[in-house]
Amino acid sequence: MGLMTVFILTGAVAIAAALGLLFARNAVYAVLFLVLNMFALAVLYLLLGAPFIAMVQIVVYAGAIMVLFLFVVMLLGAEELKEDGGPIGWQRPLALVLGVVLLAELAYFVFAASATKARLLPSPDGFGDPHAVGLTLFQKYLLPFEVTSVLLLVAMVGAIVLVRNGKRTADEPTGSDAD
Amino acid sequence: MVPTSFYIFLAALLFTIGAVAVLFRRNTLVIYMAVELMLNAANLAFVAFARQFEALDGQLFVFFVMTVAAAEVAVGLALIVTIFRTKHSVDIDTMRELKG
Repeated sequence: MGLMTVFILTGAVAIAAALGLLFARNAVYAVLFLVLNMFALAVLYLLLGAPFIAMVQIVVYAGAIMVLFLFVVMLLGAEELKEDGGPIGWQRPLALVLGVVLLAELAYFVFAASATKARLLPSPDGFGDPHAVGLTLFQKYLLPFEVTSVLLLVAMVGAIVLVRNGKRTADEPTGSDAD
Repeated sequence: MVPTSFYIFLAALLFTIGAVAVLFRRNTLVIYMAVELMLNAANLAFVAFARQFEALDGQLFVFFVMTVAAAEVAVGLALIVTIFRTKHSVDIDTMRELKG
């Protein structure tokens, strides 16, 4: 019963943090709510026998990606934004209705599926530990792993080009590529 | 032990909250964070199924999703910064024309 208690508490924290993201007035609070959500998910990953993924979640997601978000929010001074309904007045009620319909559908399929009803057995020794994950990553998924590095390189170059280009056209209206 | 369906339902709930937040908010950065929340919900489902079928492939997929999310965030935030230079706002409703 202990695991169920941990699951319910952590799940409640995750849902509360997600709702906090949905309703936070200030974008910085939204970032912090999302960090809390990611920590809760990391605890759930630990419950599911994925310690490596849990640590990557905390270090990469909560650490690197969310700090980048926080940095951009503060850089742009976009903490507070007037959030009136926007030009389309019926958008928000419609969003709520569609969300409830989506959740009902998902819940129906989740609880109708017989395969997911069974309670989990204790996982075998060494399941999901960094050793096993590393072996699978570098043996079975070596090519996707290498493609991922190319993707990250492209993203890095793309980000630099995007930000640089804007600055250059702002400084030099002619857009000459002298350097 | 907790049944897998509980984890999947939690993932569905988080995904729905993320989707509603995308439709609800007008701050582009918050919309972006909601997309991250949806990715995280999908990751939770991956890990839960990996646990149920005792296959590590699901966890590896989470690893790849995280890398793609990192790439997406880098490019997306650069785009937002660039748009902010011309529009001086992160309001999603100001971004209505293709020409900068």
